[in-house]
Amino acid sequence: MSTFAYSAPDARGRYGSYGGAFVPEILIPELHALSEAFAAAWASDNFLQAYHGLLREYVGRPTPLTFAGRLTEALGGPRIYLKREDLCHTGAHKINNTVGQILLARQMGKRRIIAETGAGQHGVATATVAAKFDLECIVYMGAEDMRRQHLNVERMRLLGAEVRPATSGRQTLKDATNEAIRDWVSNPDSTFYIIGSVVGPHPYPLMVRSFHRVIGDEARMQLREVASREAPDAAIACVGGGSNALGLFYPFLQDTAVELIGVEAAGEGLAGRHAATLSCGTPGVLHGAYSYLLQDGQGQVALAHSVSAGLDYPGVGPEHAYLRDLGRVRYVVATDTEALEAVRLLSRMEGIIPALETAHAIAALATLAPRMERNAVVVLNCSGRGDKDMTTIMEADVAS
Amino acid sequence: MSRLRSVLSTVAAEQRKAMGLFLTNGFPDLESTVPLLRALEAGGADFLELGMPFSDPLAEGLPIQHSSAQALAGGVQMEDAFRTVRAFRENSDTPLLLMGYVNPILQYGPDNFCAAAGSSGADGLIIPDLPPEEAGLITEPAKKHHLDTIFLVAPNTPGGRAQAIDRLSEGFVYAVSVTGVTGAPLEHRMDTVVQYLARVRTIIQHNPLLAGFGVRTAEDARQLCRHADGFIAGSALVPVIETLWKDETLSMARRIAGVQQFARRLSAAAAPHPRLL
Repeated sequence: MSTFAYSAPDARGRYGSYGGAFVPEILIPELHALSEAFAAAWASDNFLQAYHGLLREYVGRPTPLTFAGRLTEALGGPRIYLKREDLCHTGAHKINNTVGQILLARQMGKRRIIAETGAGQHGVATATVAAKFDLECIVYMGAEDMRRQHLNVERMRLLGAEVRPATSGRQTLKDATNEAIRDWVSNPDSTFYIIGSVVGPHPYPLMVRSFHRVIGDEARMQLREVASREAPDAAIACVGGGSNALGLFYPFLQDTAVELIGVEAAGEGLAGRHAATLSCGTPGVLHGAYSYLLQDGQGQVALAHSVSAGLDYPGVGPEHAYLRDLGRVRYVVATDTEALEAVRLLSRMEGIIPALETAHAIAALATLAPRMERNAVVVLNCSGRGDKDMTTIMEADVAS
Repeated sequence: MSRLRSVLSTVAAEQRKAMGLFLTNGFPDLESTVPLLRALEAGGADFLELGMPFSDPLAEGLPIQHSSAQALAGGVQMEDAFRTVRAFRENSDTPLLLMGYVNPILQYGPDNFCAAAGSSGADGLIIPDLPPEEAGLITEPAKKHHLDTIFLVAPNTPGGRAQAIDRLSEGFVYAVSVTGVTGAPLEHRMDTVVQYLARVRTIIQHNPLLAGFGVRTAEDARQLCRHADGFIAGSALVPVIETLWKDETLSMARRIAGVQQFARRLSAAAAPHPRLL
């Protein structure tokens, strides 16, 4: 097995030159406390038992690794295995992280939970654990996203959360994140901010990666059973902020024989409006971390676009920026149209309706498949299910 | 001694408090910014802060979010900040600080930015999303180009950390009055704010201590100044300017006079008065 040493982040939360904590002074003591609490929890048997217990009995882990036989045949190979995060409670991988963070929140004595959400999956996953642990929950969501992901808004409300619309900018995930950070700045004592991706100031990218690595860890064990091997030839996942991708990739990072492919949203195409941060962006600071972002020459953050609300974000996790520069992960893109086609493809071939986010990975794999070994083993992170996207999918059907 | 420090020393020697006023460059439009800065100066400001608008101003409440968005919609760029400073500096020695978020400065290049800021006549920098841990990339070039770098303390900053911030700051230490965004109301919690300032007052030894965030009235300012060397206001000016500029019957001179009058009322808090115990 060819390996390379990988130890990011360093003590300052840096992934190479990326990461760090570019936040107002008010948040620094909170981030220090959070770093300490997380480090202690991650080293504590009690905490890990509680966390893994919830993953097993509440989230429904381990999620299956499903061989996608008809899709494999349709594409003429490689052999495609789906890591079924869509079967997690609430319908996406996001809950792995919210379970972990809410345990930390309780441990730190916080009574009020806030979160940002794009597609609503992280919001639902946060509202869910807040209900289970009887904590007040406020979710910030772009007003535009509230429209296109209305079902998730109703789910959050049913779970007892308050959904507050973010009305600045394009009224999507970036703006919801701004509002959540302003809330946190205003209520640092009472409030725990559950960030939904591997973004934000240190220690969030590390913490969120840690809570999602269970995806890759399980895949490794399951591959042993279903394919008699330790690691796939390739792993592929969509990247908005990048949490599901890092969850799948992280346990395979040091094994350089595994090709890792992240798929960004090309929206209307890279010449038009898109959300392909790593493919087209430049380094800068957004939401507390130094990473790649979409911006103009003046350093003003640009508006992203994707048909998928979960990928509609002009930033990306700092560790992805580092892995891109290292060349360890290859980042490719899929357009809105390709993603919508991929929803249909997986639905018809495997009887699995994927989320529009996930569909980007499927679309990219369909493009890459002809150039892959016929018998190669590929794990695709089926990060979420598509029920929430039915309105968008139906609107696209009418338009086409 | 820097122009800023020298002015703050004079203010202290006169046994009064300093007043710093903030304005977003290009709000309500670029033509009005220099006349507005002069109005604030004539209204009694001891120093001024010029905001460089950013698309995602995390530490700002609604008023400065609004002024930033309007400035950006008007096409304001970084070069405009240097132009404004140069024009203001032509006939004023009042210290002028640039305030803005780190990303536009990174894109401009920290060294180029500090060089341009220094040569245009700016006196210092306040960057709310640049805590001391990340500040090396700005403090070095800032020093080279004779710009003071002002860091912030907040109500939840531990004592040891506040000491370190005091040692790092040049010009003054900016005490954020409340855990909140700019413009957050101070009413109902003034007692807590005053207690916190009394505590931080004993820690900050190397720099003047100025308090800001949420100052709407001279009374707010007076309360903050009980344990500070001065105060800073900004959000409160936004609706004042907005209202004056919306009234199309008013001449430019009348609008400017209105802003100057507002500054003058706030500055009542900075006037010499018997030391409060």
